[in-house]
Amino acid sequence: MENLKARTFEIRQDILDTIVNCKAGHIGGDFSVTDILATLYFKQMNIDPQNPRDPNRDRMILSKGHSVEALYSVLANRGFFPRADLKTVSAYCSKYIGHPTNKVAGIEMNSGSLGHGLSVSVGMALAAKMDKASYRVYVVIGDGELAEGSVWEGMMAGAHYKLDNLCAVVDRNGLQISGTTEDVMSHENLDERWASFGWHVIHAVGNDTDSLDAAFETAKTVKGMPTVIIADTIKGYGVSFMENSVPWHHKVPSADEYIKATAELSARRSAAL
Amino acid sequence: MNTIHNRQVINDVLVEKAKTDKDIVVLCSDSRGSASLSEYAKVHPDQFVETGIAEQNIVSIAAGLAACGKKCFVASPACFLSTRSMEQAKVDVAYSNTNVKLIGISGGVSYGALGMTHHSTNDIATLGSIPNMRIYFPSDRHQTKALMENLLQDNRPAYIRVGRNPVEDIYSEDNTPFVMDKATLVHEGSDITIIAAGEMVLPAQQAAFSLESRGIKCRVLDMYCIKPLDTQAVLKAAEETKAIIVIEEHVAIGGLGSMVSQFVCANHPTKVISLCLPDEPVIAGKSPEVFAYYGLTADNLVKTALELLG
Repeated sequence: MENLKARTFEIRQDILDTIVNCKAGHIGGDFSVTDILATLYFKQMNIDPQNPRDPNRDRMILSKGHSVEALYSVLANRGFFPRADLKTVSAYCSKYIGHPTNKVAGIEMNSGSLGHGLSVSVGMALAAKMDKASYRVYVVIGDGELAEGSVWEGMMAGAHYKLDNLCAVVDRNGLQISGTTEDVMSHENLDERWASFGWHVIHAVGNDTDSLDAAFETAKTVKGMPTVIIADTIKGYGVSFMENSVPWHHKVPSADEYIKATAELSARRSAAL
Repeated sequence: MNTIHNRQVINDVLVEKAKTDKDIVVLCSDSRGSASLSEYAKVHPDQFVETGIAEQNIVSIAAGLAACGKKCFVASPACFLSTRSMEQAKVDVAYSNTNVKLIGISGGVSYGALGMTHHSTNDIATLGSIPNMRIYFPSDRHQTKALMENLLQDNRPAYIRVGRNPVEDIYSEDNTPFVMDKATLVHEGSDITIIAAGEMVLPAQQAAFSLESRGIKCRVLDMYCIKPLDTQAVLKAAEETKAIIVIEEHVAIGGLGSMVSQFVCANHPTKVISLCLPDEPVIAGKSPEVFAYYGLTADNLVKTALELLG
């Protein structure tokens, strides 16, 4: 297995290039979720980029769809489509629009409106149970997204149907567009909330692929209930001046910032190697 | 007097088809009784999903099931399905193009005196305005059966509204002319046209008989396929008859009348009158009383036709 940690900084460079190129995107959330997606697509999920519609594939729903640049970059690096396609993200008539679309190989469902993914993934996990199929279903949710009531409807249903083939990941970076999640709408006792709804709760260091990998392995052993991994992440992870910074939710780097960010990502990649 | 309501027919079709098609899944939101799907749930427990009272959840779960190859039928009160879960219908069903059929039960003013919370007099406007969402209002039990059998053959999103009460037969066991997405000609005529859907087809048919006795030939189109609208039939009506009356259990804005008017206005300007529900909460009453109060009746159709024809 190649050095995944180093790879995550190459993926971040693709994200940075994409956002600078199309002059739009959600770089903070992209960088916080990169390691979660990389761990899923490079280590955990049973997927074949050459056969993206394989009925037995594992499924992943990016419920926090605004982190689409991270998803596109991970899929391109994993071989679902050429990395050169990233240059067309959000371009005129491009299929690579600013939120996940199932017109792109490797993407299961259209998303972008928050609060849908968990319920959709419940449906997918139910289908697997009905078909006695062995695939697993993953859904990545933002912590700000937890304010959407529909998430809690999905949470009830996942536990009610004992979907142990379902694993949710909360990208717990603690920030959203207006400030900290705790100021905007607090999520105190988040573990207890999920646990009281009937979910097995695991914590992971959300920007550490080894920690995430271990958490996903543990989730596979949990029977009779779904698992949630609370991934404690840093928004903007990988570039110091973007980390834990509210404005970098969706700011586009200037030419100067681009150079600095590229240098930092390169240094982090070297350190990981 | 027919006592079999359209929702019962939906149950019967699904119970039968699910015996051989293991991909059929029916979902209810604590609504299996009111949807007449208790039998289905009993016969096919492995192809039935209960979500509790959670209309957003039910539509997203259905979309997830459908994305994994299931043919999903969500049965929930039309009032909630068409508004509470509108965004899930838009994003997870229509936009993601999943094989989910949304069945709005107790549609229109079926719930009578229960108030505006329980009326779905704007479902054409809400769900019909969503790209890639089809809208069907079957009239009687025979047409409901034919529609269901056709919908089982495709894998695209659709919304189907049925009322709560049995509707008198328009068609019969051995005579149910049905072509998918084509209006059914219920009564031939060359003087004036009535376009109706759902429970309004019956008064339209009665009005045509009444007008016939006065020597007026009234065409009646059962426009069960509200979207895609059978524009060919509308154009012919505009060309061949002197005026069009649309009667619908829906408000004026964004309803069948507005769709017909828009098309006729652009393609063959002809007078179009819309008999519909008002832009305000409707009165308390059983649905026939509500229809009578607002003129959604055969008598008012006759009166309107006579006025239009001078």
